[in-house]
Amino acid sequence: MNKPLRRVAIFCGLLMLSLLLRANWVQFVQAEELSNDKNNRRVAIDRYAQPRGDILTSDGKPITGSTETDSADFKYKRTYKNGELWAPVTGYASQAFGASQLEALNDGILTGDDDRLFFNRTIDMLTGKEQQGGNVVTTLDREAQKAAFEGLGQRKGAVAAIDPQSGAVLALASTPSYDPSSFAGNGEKDSEAWSQLQKGNNPDEPMLNRALRQTYPPGSTFKVVTAAAGLESGKYTLDDKTNSPDPYLLPDSSTKLGNEGDNPACKNASVRVAMQWSCNTVFAKMSDKLGNDEMREMAQKFGYGEDELDIPVRAAESVYPEDNRPQNAMAGIGQASNRATPLQMAMVASAVANDGTLMKPYMVDKLVAPNLNVIEQTDPQEMSEPVSSENAQKLQEAMETVVQDGTGTTAQIPGVTVGGKTGTAQHGENNSKNPYAWFISYAKGEDGNSPVAVAVVIESSDTQRDEISGSKLAAPVATDVMKAVLDNKQ
Amino acid sequence: MSSNVNINTGSNTTVSPGGLPSRRNTELAMLVFAVLIPAFAYANVGLAKDGEIPAGMLGYGLGLGVLAGIAHLVVRRWAPYADPLMLPVATLLNGLGLVLIWRLDQEPTITTPALGGAMAPGQLMWSTLGVALALGVLIFLRDHRVLQRYTYISMVVALILLILPMFFPARYGARIWITIPGVGSLQPGEFAKIIIAVFFAGYLMVKRDALALASRRFMGLYLPRGRDLGPILAIWALSLMILIFETDLGTSLLFFGLFVIMLYVATERTSWVVFGLGLSAAGAVAVASFAGHVQSRVDNWLNPLATENGAVTETAQAMYSFGSGGMLGSGLGQGYSRLIGGIAPKSDYILATVGEELGLTGLMAILVLYGLLVERGMRTALAARDPFGKLLAVGLTGAFALQVFVVAGGVTGLIPLTGMTMPFLAQGGSSVIANWALVAILLRISDTARRPAPAPAPSPDAEMTQVVRP
Repeated sequence: MNKPLRRVAIFCGLLMLSLLLRANWVQFVQAEELSNDKNNRRVAIDRYAQPRGDILTSDGKPITGSTETDSADFKYKRTYKNGELWAPVTGYASQAFGASQLEALNDGILTGDDDRLFFNRTIDMLTGKEQQGGNVVTTLDREAQKAAFEGLGQRKGAVAAIDPQSGAVLALASTPSYDPSSFAGNGEKDSEAWSQLQKGNNPDEPMLNRALRQTYPPGSTFKVVTAAAGLESGKYTLDDKTNSPDPYLLPDSSTKLGNEGDNPACKNASVRVAMQWSCNTVFAKMSDKLGNDEMREMAQKFGYGEDELDIPVRAAESVYPEDNRPQNAMAGIGQASNRATPLQMAMVASAVANDGTLMKPYMVDKLVAPNLNVIEQTDPQEMSEPVSSENAQKLQEAMETVVQDGTGTTAQIPGVTVGGKTGTAQHGENNSKNPYAWFISYAKGEDGNSPVAVAVVIESSDTQRDEISGSKLAAPVATDVMKAVLDNKQ
Repeated sequence: MSSNVNINTGSNTTVSPGGLPSRRNTELAMLVFAVLIPAFAYANVGLAKDGEIPAGMLGYGLGLGVLAGIAHLVVRRWAPYADPLMLPVATLLNGLGLVLIWRLDQEPTITTPALGGAMAPGQLMWSTLGVALALGVLIFLRDHRVLQRYTYISMVVALILLILPMFFPARYGARIWITIPGVGSLQPGEFAKIIIAVFFAGYLMVKRDALALASRRFMGLYLPRGRDLGPILAIWALSLMILIFETDLGTSLLFFGLFVIMLYVATERTSWVVFGLGLSAAGAVAVASFAGHVQSRVDNWLNPLATENGAVTETAQAMYSFGSGGMLGSGLGQGYSRLIGGIAPKSDYILATVGEELGLTGLMAILVLYGLLVERGMRTALAARDPFGKLLAVGLTGAFALQVFVVAGGVTGLIPLTGMTMPFLAQGGSSVIANWALVAILLRISDTARRPAPAPAPSPDAEMTQVVRP
């Protein structure tokens, strides 16, 4: 009987061995994957086991907080100070619904789990202190953000403001907004608030970050890019008359393109005058003359076609279409399939304001350890040089003409040099929907350098259709933002 | 000089009159560890949860110590040659089980009155009963061969125990309980496991020759005669019935596996194994194709992380527990295996708590402990001198090994999950009592096996072989 007995013993040994192997597979090979699985509640439990670090504005004031809760699993809950105002910057950190934007990208720093905080963690552990999270210091300007958000008011739209000299994002507003505090917990109320904010239940999409993630036809504001391409090509100068018929017959097409209010100044207008009165005919023809390739190249130098623009939250890609002649001509005045994010148009204004050098936009200045050591500092980085400094100054002259004596006079600030460009982008089939009101601008400080470039878009509005023009709706918002930044500098 | 000669003669005889060392002191030393480790684990939980040594620490440690001490003394007196490792391993597993259940009792969400409240005190009582039963077995069952007399009574009792739960309502999705109003509920399958092993051992001892020798050769295999197939088909039918009517995959697998193992050992015929595996495969496929709960278990096994109606399943929660434990675990009292929810973390899924809080290291240690107990059982079967003892030992050990494999394999996702409990570790009175009885019978067999044979009659030739030196 011993021979089969030994075999049975070996069989039982194999059973035990297979259990040991399985344990190793699950707890060693798969451990990482399982412990970080999105349905594994431990991830959220860990995240809220200690007060979360804060997100700060550039002046070092927190726009987030943490509060102790009596929930069984989660000791702390995220809170937001003026959540609607800052939601496009912070994103959300919810016990039930995960995290987004800066809250998600800097989760390691905010919870204190980041590898770079290993030393702090060890000290905290040895001294018996609770683990502490670090802070995220953003570049956001408190006043500018407020001005942007309040300027948009009840209307649907977005504002992006950049410091042209560094690329630091000063304001990033999107309306309608949401309060991330409303679903930061994991109770029934939180679920309800969350589901009401979802796209399906709320056609206004409050959780869409319009400043970064939504693309719009940029309309006439894109004429700055077209003008840049024209000047750079050497085929155009600022003040020489162009050969531009009015109305302009689109190439390979029977469609005639006219100008707003049939402005007589547009016929054969120079680049400066065409900018001043936003002449479609001049820029459509210019775009056609330069050709699709050259136009796209210039757009890309300004940041179009960048599908990995991380600031560090990723911005949607702005697209200048690769298309036939009539479509290219229309794209040259910001129509057709030309689509840009508000951030992209702010980058256009900032590159012009910064004498032709485009700085890479960023909104996290530094990551700070709980002991205030700086873990990571973002250095301003040059992204590209779309136009020469000489041509940039010509573009500035043109944009300043727009504000002094053109379509953008509503953006004037007494005693300050302001350059801008209005836009009214049509959308919907046969322009059936309310057009988008655009305004991009920059303001110069006393030293002649520009500390702020802004792009404002207002989606649609209840005001009269013909009143929707960048000048009336969007420019005042941009002016407020620029004023806020200028006031802060003094 | 003369003492040298004595040793020589001693080692020259085939059966040593001195016998194997009894190893009782080894057992005592091991028992000290088996009591200390759970006591430290208990303190560890208290320190982790409340920052202080739990109040019950002294009573608990002493209780376990006294229990182990009494067990040791009884073994020393009534089974002096018993295997020295079985008692410590069982004590350690039982002690750790108590700590784990007590630790899970500290989680309010799974210790609500609706779920039965705190379970550690009850489990301690059942453990005490279990040890008492084991000691009773050791004291009153002086020779395991006595059990042979009850072969057919065992069969009847086992059948009754297996069929009874069919008439009681299902609990936690399986019909494996009988509820006695006012007393509590019982899981008869745990006891049936032992009793049926007694029946198989007695039956096979008598029939092994008929089963082994009367066969026809077919395609290189010796196939049994039709009339000898009767009992194996009956057991097969019974295990299928358990599976279908009691929705208990584990128990049916256990009984069938047990029978195949014992049949193979008794007859030494591989053909029985092939035959048995074929039958069980056929049965499993047949049942799986029409029994919904088996299908859902298999689905859960294939996609452990899939959600059901947006909710995370128990299977997934257990996997998360294991994964989050990693190499070293979160430490006792610091895991979240309560997320599995309900009563499951204390019973079926208790290994998930081991995996999460003690890590891969702790889980492997526990599995090795089970392996060690199985190894000692197999060794006992090998050492046993009578066929009934061999068969009974291999049957009990095999059942224990299968149960460990089916439960641990199910919880870690190696095989589909079945509703059985981890011996000694998991919450459940029937289980802990039955497994102590199982260990007691193995102790008894090992005692008989290792006991020195009666001294051989003095050989008349002994004088002749004496070395004569000049």
